[in-house]
Amino acid sequence: MVASLSRTKSTAPAPGELLFSGNDWDFETIRRIHDACEAVAGPELGLSWYPNQIEIITAEQMLDAYASIGMPLFYKHWSFGKHFAQQEASYRRGLMGLAYEIVINSDPCISYVMEENTATMQTLVIAHAAFGHNHFFKNNYLFRQWTDAEGILDYLDFAKGYIARCEERYGHQAVEHVLDAAHALMSQGVHRYPRKKRPDLASEQRREREREEHGEQIYNDLWRTLPAKAGGQKGDPALERRRALLELPQENILYFLEKVAPRLRPWQREILRIVRLVAQYFYPQRQTKVMNEGCATYCHYRIMNALSQKGQLSEAAYLEFLTSHTNVIRQPNFDDRSFGGHNPYALGFAMMQDIARIVEQPSQEDREWFPDIAGTGDAMAVLRDCWENYRDESFIAQFLSPKLMRDMRLFHVVDDPDEPEMRVEAIHDERGYRKMRRSFARQYDVAWLDPDIEVVDVDLEGDRRLILHHKALNRITLQREDARRVLQHLADLWGYDAVLKEVDPASGAVLVEHTASARPIFF
Amino acid sequence: MHIVDRRLNPGGKSLPNRQRFLRRVKDVAQRAVRESAREKDIKDLGKDGRISVPGDGVREPRFARQPGTGHQDYILPGNKTYVEGDRIERPPGGGGGGGAGEGGEGSENGEDAFHFVLTREEFLDLFLEDLELPDLAKRRLAVVETEGLRRAGYTVSGSPANLALSRTLRNSMSRRIALKRPKLEEVAALEAEIAAAEAAGDPRLPDLTSKLMELRERSKRIPYVDPIDLRFRRFEPYPKPIAQAVMFCLMDVSGSMTEHMKDLAKRFYILLHIFLTRRYKHVEIVFIRHTDKATEVDEETFFGSRETGGTLVSSALVEMKRIVAERYSPDDWNIYAAQASDGDNVSSDGPTSTELLRAHILPACQHFAYLEVGDENGPRAGFVEHRTTLWRTYEALAKAGEPLAMRKVNHRRDIYPVFRELFGRKDARAEA
Repeated sequence: MVASLSRTKSTAPAPGELLFSGNDWDFETIRRIHDACEAVAGPELGLSWYPNQIEIITAEQMLDAYASIGMPLFYKHWSFGKHFAQQEASYRRGLMGLAYEIVINSDPCISYVMEENTATMQTLVIAHAAFGHNHFFKNNYLFRQWTDAEGILDYLDFAKGYIARCEERYGHQAVEHVLDAAHALMSQGVHRYPRKKRPDLASEQRREREREEHGEQIYNDLWRTLPAKAGGQKGDPALERRRALLELPQENILYFLEKVAPRLRPWQREILRIVRLVAQYFYPQRQTKVMNEGCATYCHYRIMNALSQKGQLSEAAYLEFLTSHTNVIRQPNFDDRSFGGHNPYALGFAMMQDIARIVEQPSQEDREWFPDIAGTGDAMAVLRDCWENYRDESFIAQFLSPKLMRDMRLFHVVDDPDEPEMRVEAIHDERGYRKMRRSFARQYDVAWLDPDIEVVDVDLEGDRRLILHHKALNRITLQREDARRVLQHLADLWGYDAVLKEVDPASGAVLVEHTASARPIFF
Repeated sequence: MHIVDRRLNPGGKSLPNRQRFLRRVKDVAQRAVRESAREKDIKDLGKDGRISVPGDGVREPRFARQPGTGHQDYILPGNKTYVEGDRIERPPGGGGGGGAGEGGEGSENGEDAFHFVLTREEFLDLFLEDLELPDLAKRRLAVVETEGLRRAGYTVSGSPANLALSRTLRNSMSRRIALKRPKLEEVAALEAEIAAAEAAGDPRLPDLTSKLMELRERSKRIPYVDPIDLRFRRFEPYPKPIAQAVMFCLMDVSGSMTEHMKDLAKRFYILLHIFLTRRYKHVEIVFIRHTDKATEVDEETFFGSRETGGTLVSSALVEMKRIVAERYSPDDWNIYAAQASDGDNVSSDGPTSTELLRAHILPACQHFAYLEVGDENGPRAGFVEHRTTLWRTYEALAKAGEPLAMRKVNHRRDIYPVFRELFGRKDARAEA
């Protein structure tokens, strides 16, 4: 009520009227900027977003937010203090600039903007975060499927309180041990696929009945006379049953420990669950870095240009915007000293621009490569569809065009340790496009990048040893020292021995084996 | 859309995280702090609290692939001359062209030591930890009583600024319920009914009207907030003890004291001062220098100027006794004294000094430390360690069970260990 009243009071200024002049801004300016951006984002770009909440913060608060992985409230742990000290030190020495904003996938969508930003930068940041990222969070399938924007802040509040209460009841040390162990396993604490729903008894019985009926219908006595296949004995039924009961193999190690570890106490399980849910909440962000930034950058680019065309931005402000925009999307070449991998902003923005071009002014080549979208005319509709239904890996596999590969002059180098030199596998030419695009997309597949580690079995009848396998892709093994430490944490949580075998998936040979025994620190 | 200004929120949100972090690295941090104290000038202690701790204790391990092994694919931008099938030599240091797509994966690995900056407070906390003021039993918590205010319940009278709103309204509500004050809604409902009755020409109209009059009358008689409801926050004064301390610095400045010896003494005094200021809100320092006569001087003169003359330790003790009697009554002040000297004294002065110390100085002091400063080269090898006149005098006193701490220092690196010995938590004053 109050909000809508004040909004009617400050309607977006008429076209041709500057939103602001100079660098200074106040809350009224921010509101005007937001309303002007909204006027572009809604009708022109067709975005949809969570209600916005823009929070002005200082540099120190920005560092605070950095330290607690960007969340406005979080439980306490020494590692966040460590990161804070690290970042503060490099910030004070001028090694690191701070982000202009941080945006949180919540409903309402919270954007933190720095107080040092000029009015132009605030416009850019609002267009980027409050509309670009916000739209992406609200619409992308991964976020819709895996995150609960409405409940996250309440959940974090609960988590913070719960862990604080645990610290009071069981002591800092005990809670710290659990958190340390849980953090070490955090990236093995996500579900990559929706779990199978457990069928209820009624549907189970129905299925059983249907199966029997089907069996009766197709019964033919002839089958009985066939000789049994040699070695047709299907595995040990006890083993099968155990694996089914424990839901093995299980790649979500934290989930497994939370549900199955025999000696954990309820509060320890709850802490594992908290860490696991936080990891799950952030998992979509890791998978959509390029798209998320590409979407936000494309949106701010469109919005700023529209504002400038309407005469709402001065020439000076527009130039300031262009300067920071070009800084953001700078992509150094591989032989440049500042090269540090692909810049997700640059790649994302270039791809969005490229898709818009294909939709609006396709070349013959584009028509061959992208028959579905080339020349359909409505760039925003196609882009919105991409933002909704793809993640980085599938997006690149689908939409990286030959023209963009030529423009970026991409090439593919293979480093095989068995050969004396590295080999150029493909370049940006007719023969290389598809090969290169496939490998490139794979580099954004998080499931491919993270080591593939599964709980495969538990020796329930013996010494309760937990057995894990790492499928060593391309025979790349784990870092020994770190693997040993993480496995130690894992054994501590499990309460008995744990063994991690690194297996070459091609031959099935065990490359390395790590073992750890539980230390009596939890029990 | 909402705009929230968070800038005024209290800062230090990550302070609990920092404390947890410091607790985790405490042992190593403490070692690092003491290490740095040895090298740094004591004046600069804690000014630049940059320390580094080994990355081991604060490592956050994750399962990660060994970088630079196995079969790697790189997709790189900016091709200029390469065509398919070209061979490229591996760049030195492994990992071709900066692992694309795996930006920070390997960076954890190189975390050998972790650098961070301590605040002055944190630095001194670690620096002075497990040091304790000696003679706790004897210590009278000397007090200057000032008054503080603290909350103490509620009262029925007070200034409007202290009105306890919720408490007042709670009283008001219970009174209104108890006396059945008509609610606003009841009156409004009745009014509506009357209006409807008027329109319909209902015969109950006079009844209703009189009922309304009655309700109104009643609400007038029973006020919404009555003076009897009012409650005010009460504050009561309480005596606040302020511990205060005075530190006497006594130093021999006769010709035999070299610059090096004075420097040692100064370092000791500064440490003592830092330590005392962390224990007491209020610390005063008195500088007394002496040759064969003693004067109270300011800091500048104390360390700076040079005098010639004999050495008469008792003169300084007399001066101290005088100042204590004049300004620092032992009932009100915690008195600490530290004496630095090269150990020379006129031999006839021994008994006088002993008597002064035993009768006047030591009973008044919480702690008396004697620091004998020596040559940088220390006692020359081959000689039996020479015992100075003053040392022998004091040693006799200490042996007799007087609370007197004495140490010998030759090099500046010994200052801090000696200081720790003197003020260590366990009583380290037993023997010299």
